Amino acid sequence: MDFFLSLVAILESTIRLSVPLLFAALAGLFTERAGVFDIGLEGKMLGAAFAAGAVAAVTGSVWLGLAAGILVSVALSLVHGYAAITQRGSQIVSGVAINFIVAGATVILGEAWFRQGGRTPALSGSARFQTIDLPFADALRGVPIIGPIYSELLSGHFLLTYLAFAMVPLTWWVLYRTRFGLRLRAVGENPGAVDTAGISVVWMRYRAVICCGILTGFAGAYLSLAMTAGFVKGMTAGKGYIALAALIFAKWRPVNVMFACLLFGFLDALSIRLQGNPLPLIGQVPVQFMQALPYLLTVILLAGFIGKAIPPKAGGVPYVKER
Amino acid sequence: MSNPYAKLPVWVDYGLIPLINLLVAFLVAGLVVLLVGENPLNAAYYMITGAFGRGEYLGFTLYYATTFIFTGLSVAVAFHAGLFNIGSEGQAYIGGIGVALACLWLDRVLPWYGVLPLAMIGAAFFGALWAFLPGWLQAKRGSHIVITTIMFNFIAASLMVYLLTRVLKPMGSMAPQTRTFDAGGQLPKLDWLMGLFGLNIGNAPFNISFLLALAAAFGCWVLIWRTRFGFEMRTMGHSPSAARYAGISESRITIIVMMISGALAGLMALNPIMGEQARMQLDFVQGAGFVGIAVALMGRSHPAGIIPAAILFGMLYQGGAEIAFEMPAISRDMIVIIQGLVILFAGALENMFRPAIGRFFAGLTARAPAARQAKGA
Repeated sequence: MDFFLSLVAILESTIRLSVPLLFAALAGLFTERAGVFDIGLEGKMLGAAFAAGAVAAVTGSVWLGLAAGILVSVALSLVHGYAAITQRGSQIVSGVAINFIVAGATVILGEAWFRQGGRTPALSGSARFQTIDLPFADALRGVPIIGPIYSELLSGHFLLTYLAFAMVPLTWWVLYRTRFGLRLRAVGENPGAVDTAGISVVWMRYRAVICCGILTGFAGAYLSLAMTAGFVKGMTAGKGYIALAALIFAKWRPVNVMFACLLFGFLDALSIRLQGNPLPLIGQVPVQFMQALPYLLTVILLAGFIGKAIPPKAGGVPYVKER
Repeated sequence: MSNPYAKLPVWVDYGLIPLINLLVAFLVAGLVVLLVGENPLNAAYYMITGAFGRGEYLGFTLYYATTFIFTGLSVAVAFHAGLFNIGSEGQAYIGGIGVALACLWLDRVLPWYGVLPLAMIGAAFFGALWAFLPGWLQAKRGSHIVITTIMFNFIAASLMVYLLTRVLKPMGSMAPQTRTFDAGGQLPKLDWLMGLFGLNIGNAPFNISFLLALAAAFGCWVLIWRTRFGFEMRTMGHSPSAARYAGISESRITIIVMMISGALAGLMALNPIMGEQARMQLDFVQGAGFVGIAVALMGRSHPAGIIPAAILFGMLYQGGAEIAFEMPAISRDMIVIIQGLVILFAGALENMFRPAIGRFFAGLTARAPAARQAKGA
């Protein structure tokens, strides 16, 4: 029973830790499926987290914070879109640039506006997302097995957590069951064909980039408004890159993305849990190894040792209309 | 490949356009300073006096520039083969192992000029090793080099934390760093070089690895433009299909170029480890690998452009510290913004102003003959 309870605790923090990854990876899914590579997930997430934290702290409204986060992240996405789609610049260079600009700007602006060493003021009350208890969570708590699973694992998360997991089927439906999704995927595989059909490749890609901005906005807002009470400098701490890894690990498919994010979230939760506690049979695992594991797994996958990850065919290539 | 832009005079292509891009990047950075409530012109003044005002300041500027020449060259060499190596950061970090091992082993036995060659070999070897894996994976297994090098940066960071906290740390010490090296592990400063110009180096760690960086820049120029291998890698960077048609082995070029790139990044470790700290510390690279991306883009991947670009970033690092001192609202993170803006405007948006400039020059050349005719009549 003791083991069971600690398993539930690890899984509970797995869910908590995988939410930002899930939002960001789904965001990447939209752009990359449309043929625009996005290294800048990290930067957009960080920018959104800062804007959300700052606006929520000033206005005291979590919703205005969320809106500000999404706004900033969409604006950054549009910068990426302008460079990558309109100016046909290198998509990777542009993503790298956005990561640096945001990493610097959040610290400078945060320090100038709030003077708390790059933090935004701590949020409380209506300025922060509160956890939601599912119905009967309290009543079922005493029931063995089901009780802990329902009331600890599934209940008591933030609204954004449930939204993140709801985004998975929604993204699947949009990409595979709507005209918009079909065109979006086509633009990433063969933009020439889409153009021939009389659909604007540029506008299609811009819409994909905006979708990406909205989702990274949620990811950032989750970090500063739900998981932590306020923005801390550099709080994404490489989550954008892990999300990118998860996206590749999932071979650019929505449901796989969810499992990849849960896996990487689980590794994170486990490494926190295992600090100082030896593992049975294996003994003491260095924390650093656990931290490097998502990256190692992605490299191994990319090398084609576990299946093959084939990116969208037109990914990374700017579209030049034939004249 | 078709070039959608009109042909421009060489000096415009390599001089004017990069300069305009740089100017725009700094203008936007100035806006950020304004947003924080400080005067951008004052900031620029503090930066320039802080970077060049005294011999000591100049020494620091050139110390930082040394690092950025190495990482800039590392990124640039890969660019020429059409490879984007974001992993210079991790390669430099791992390269530090080679420097540290050579110093820990021999610093008490040999003088610095005996240790230095071994440290160089070690740095280049470990840096090249860390770049070999992504290169090999790209060449043989088709995994995208950008993604693998990003992943390798993180793996390197974890590995180095492990090594510095468990393996390389002396017994009984708490700080995650190696022991301080003896005289054999410390590079001499270039005070005589500064002395030639009547400048006093003060405490600046400007050291002999600066000369190594200049030599590396010259070596890169020879490699890229004066050797058969350089020709092959530029061909591949320009048009992989043409390279394949000419019988150039893509995987061979990819792997070797990545190893050269990694070795250059690794050599960067000499400067902070042997030149300044005389020990290897946690996170001694401090983002220099990423600065290398900005330096390479700004210097148009040519050594003659990379050296001034590296000095410019050295100025930003040293002068930025001075700004942070004079204007508390502006910390050194301002440099990160400028770095990002330079990457954005000199890299991703490099062609933004090209159509307008092209039109301007097309207008000039169209008007010139007309004017001559009018004079003749």
